[in-house]
Amino acid sequence: MFGSREHSERGEHRITLTLASSLASVDQVEQTAEHLAAEAGIDEDARFGITMAVREAAANAVFHGNKGNSAKHITASFENTGTSLIFCIADEGEGLDPDTLPDPLAPENLMRGSGRGIFLIRSFMDEVHFRRLEPGTEMTLIKRFTPEANTGTNTGNQETKR
Amino acid sequence: MSMTLQTRQVDGITILDLSGRIVLGEGSVQLRDAIKELVSKGQKHILLNLGDVNYIDSSGLGELVSAYTTVKNAGGELKLLNLTKKVHDLLQITKLYTVFDVKDDEATAVSAFSAK
Repeated sequence: MFGSREHSERGEHRITLTLASSLASVDQVEQTAEHLAAEAGIDEDARFGITMAVREAAANAVFHGNKGNSAKHITASFENTGTSLIFCIADEGEGLDPDTLPDPLAPENLMRGSGRGIFLIRSFMDEVHFRRLEPGTEMTLIKRFTPEANTGTNTGNQETKR
Repeated sequence: MSMTLQTRQVDGITILDLSGRIVLGEGSVQLRDAIKELVSKGQKHILLNLGDVNYIDSSGLGELVSAYTTVKNAGGELKLLNLTKKVHDLLQITKLYTVFDVKDDEATAVSAFSAK
């Protein structure tokens, strides 16, 4: 694992980890997100959604993006801006087009054993962005919070594609 | 915390008491193997007690769906018992709550199986 922690002048901080394509890395990304959210004072209900979304993004990067290839890595960065938590998860895979993903709520897909990860990410985060890399995909997840009164309520989903 | 799983029989129904996390990896595989083993032994009336399951990811949700399908295709029934609020909410937003027969009380759940 290669990691770094960068502090800004405003006291906010950003952590960047480069990790192997493994289940242990997925767990580590989840735990780091949990720690950052707890440090930000976010309540348990909201943390549950945040850590699940970030875990799903990491699992997607490892097992769908990099297809578990141990020669490839994922990069995960975690940032608290004071009003938002921003998570960027990047893989080195062939690229993901989120517009082509089947709707897991459609009756014909409801009984599928997979395909709910991106849907859950979108459900729990305020913004989700996808960016094509050469090679790979970067997913940016943003959760806004009010430092004085954190709640688990999503203020609305917004998705844009960069 | 990984998943633990214990099996018991009540009035011809197999109850699986699960606790911990049903997530990608060991937890999902454990559940899959347990269901397959029960079905292969002819135990096809299965109640999954999720009262102590505090976390399920998309892989775990997929495993619940696969378990339901496996049991149903074998001519059996699978029901869910004692969902925590978080698991309940997950099933709601993924619309899986409409698929599963969910019960809050063990005795009611056991008696709800059609043929034992």
